[in-house]
Amino acid sequence: MSELIPPFDWHRVMVAPWTEDLSLFGWVGLMGFAVAAACGLVGNYLILRRMALMGDAVSHSILPGLVIAFLWSGSRGTLPMFLGALAAGAVTTLIIEAIHQRTRVKQDAAIGIAFSTLFAIGVLLVSIYAEQVDLDAECVLYGELAFVPLEPMVKVGSLVLGPFSFVRMAGVLLAVGLLIMAFYKELLVTSFDSGLARSLGINPTWAHYGLMAMLSIVVVSAFEAVGAILVIAMLILPGATAALLTQTLSRMHMIAIFHAALSAWLGVSLGVWLDCSIGAAMVVAGAGLFGLAWAWQALQVWAARREARGDTSQLKMPSR
Amino acid sequence: MRSWRQILTRAILPSLVLAVLAQPLWAASVADVTETTWQAQLWRFFSFQDASLRYALIGSIMLGLSCGLLGSFIVVRRMALVGDALSHAVLPGVAIGFLWNMTKDPLPIFIGAVLAGLAGTTMVTAITKTTRLKADTALGLVLASFFAVGVCMVTMIQRLPTGNKSGLDKFFFGQVAALGADDIILMSSVTGVAVVLVTLFYKELLLTSFDMGFARSSGLPVAWVHHGLMLLLAAATVIALQAVGVVLVSAMLITPAAAAYLLTDRMHRMLLLASGFGVTAGLMGAFLSFVGPSLPTGPLMVIAASTVFCAAFFFAPKHGIVARWWIHRTSAARTGRENTLKAMYHVWEQGEFRDVGITLKSLAERRRETLDEALRRAQVLATHGQATVRNDVVYFTPAGQQRAAEIVRNHRLWELYLTNSANIAPDHVHEDAEKIEHVLGETVVRQLERRLNYATLDPHGRAIPGPRQIHGVAIPANDGAEDGKAAP
Repeated sequence: MSELIPPFDWHRVMVAPWTEDLSLFGWVGLMGFAVAAACGLVGNYLILRRMALMGDAVSHSILPGLVIAFLWSGSRGTLPMFLGALAAGAVTTLIIEAIHQRTRVKQDAAIGIAFSTLFAIGVLLVSIYAEQVDLDAECVLYGELAFVPLEPMVKVGSLVLGPFSFVRMAGVLLAVGLLIMAFYKELLVTSFDSGLARSLGINPTWAHYGLMAMLSIVVVSAFEAVGAILVIAMLILPGATAALLTQTLSRMHMIAIFHAALSAWLGVSLGVWLDCSIGAAMVVAGAGLFGLAWAWQALQVWAARREARGDTSQLKMPSR
Repeated sequence: MRSWRQILTRAILPSLVLAVLAQPLWAASVADVTETTWQAQLWRFFSFQDASLRYALIGSIMLGLSCGLLGSFIVVRRMALVGDALSHAVLPGVAIGFLWNMTKDPLPIFIGAVLAGLAGTTMVTAITKTTRLKADTALGLVLASFFAVGVCMVTMIQRLPTGNKSGLDKFFFGQVAALGADDIILMSSVTGVAVVLVTLFYKELLLTSFDMGFARSSGLPVAWVHHGLMLLLAAATVIALQAVGVVLVSAMLITPAAAAYLLTDRMHRMLLLASGFGVTAGLMGAFLSFVGPSLPTGPLMVIAASTVFCAAFFFAPKHGIVARWWIHRTSAARTGRENTLKAMYHVWEQGEFRDVGITLKSLAERRRETLDEALRRAQVLATHGQATVRNDVVYFTPAGQQRAAEIVRNHRLWELYLTNSANIAPDHVHEDAEKIEHVLGETVVRQLERRLNYATLDPHGRAIPGPRQIHGVAIPANDGAEDGKAAP
């Protein structure tokens, strides 16, 4: 047991990743932040629209789309990957709708059947074409954040932008941020009141499909870094934490981004300390932050109840 | 113990033959693997000389049985994704169970995983109860967070000098060939307990699944039944882990049960079917994985189960797509014919010489269609023996006359019923009657007639066809019908 958990060395865990090993862990942390922030922004809407499990479904079922895109195009280019992801997301939605609208199987079971089947196909393809696809089965599950700094750097002139997948993720984060800013009102209204949205001339169906497309792109860009299952946590944890702390959508976005940054920072340290998968460590850190928010909310509820009880006793006094 | 195992081995032989017989071509690739003749390889497969093959098959049967049985309950309870959360949440428990004495000893792993799974489901309940987060968010959150903790621990274990050959990675996607004798004993006993408990508490499980309110009011310990089911579910998930893997266990719970749900309306039949499908999928997966040893078993089993579901989705006798499409098509065609008959009746009823047939022209005018369309409609009726067409005149056959009068009667009765009994304005009742006229059965019609005092006029003052119009004599009953609007 003692060999399992290494001793906690303040310098090695908290300082070194950000000083001596910055060239390594700096990119890992930044990539983690970009993944968690982009996922968190999209995830906010998944939570509000009670579509959290669509995130679960899409993250799994993107795998066959990804593998087929790799095999078909013979490259790991961004465009085939994005197209594969969009197609996989659309197919998932279609299968789920077909099962739950045309038969009496309920939506939850339909989601379960659709994503597990697609994921199983993806895993089989990965195992059969392992050499061509260059993904291994475990990477599919929890990715490998630590490989990000080993990728070729993208340079513009003499300016080093960063490893390729980080640059792509940052671009996706930027695009997601801009899209949310541009369509903030539409997303807000369709998330809370589709009737009102319709009367305002906003088509909730378009908002839905736009969101699903955004989800597919975000998940596929994050796939190699954090895999199919950890990405679910990246999607849900920031938004869930934010939902406990605020009731305003714009503030939810802020808190989600803050949560992403904090969990990336703590996650790298945790991963270095325990020498485990950094993606998983980030999620554990994020879950810890959620736990704190949960405790904070419970404390507030408790205090409010105590106060309310005190108030009523005071109110009762004069009536007696 | 050995005789017990032999009995089990012999008992599964027939089902195995059934499952594999359809796939003789695969035997060729079995031969490729070991470079013997495929007959010898086939003999090797069916003679069960290979201990690991024997274990793999028994294991698949056990996991298919328990997953199908318990999965049925979560599917009808609309908790399908609880199974998903549960299966991911067990991973830290697996790691802790492994750390117990650094071996893949099934019992500590089983206990650790069941506890972790229960902790996960409890946490989902706690989050939904104490915060304003919804169940789906809580499920996803717990699923992924527990899984992350598990991944942290597994990657830490794999870093250890002994951990590298731990075989813990087999828990992700499953490898049925890795099952040992201890695993089989555990799987069989858990399945046995599940079967016995479901049989004993069948009534309770049934009632709490379909009518929670009634179950509660009849004094059943609803919460305990729920917790018991969760415990069994966690146990079934865990025994399936080794063979199917953490990620896809939920599919073995959901997919066979959903396929069975499409095939029957009775819970006990659903349980039997789901278990059967589970076993079939398990055996298929094990067989295919045996053929290609590098392939993980879990995805193969899941794809086999999905194939079964796909077949049920399309070809289920009552709830399948094809059956529904056929019913929809035939009923649409029947409704179309009946609407033509109704239009003919309307023309006929207004005509002066009622024995004479209906001209195509008047039918076309009535339906606001072209002559060609009217002719086509009349010909469709003719092929169904409801009318005859001669020189641009359409005549009712007796059967057609009867059906036409029935439809008009249903329509007008329903209009009268809505006006008199449901107090709907007479100008609002037509649309509803247009739909219901095709589906009213004779029993309901008798009840309506009794309720409306055998009225003979509808709210618009038109005669409701009575037995005389329907069963032969072609004389409309306009005489003495003024009391028809009685029975308010």
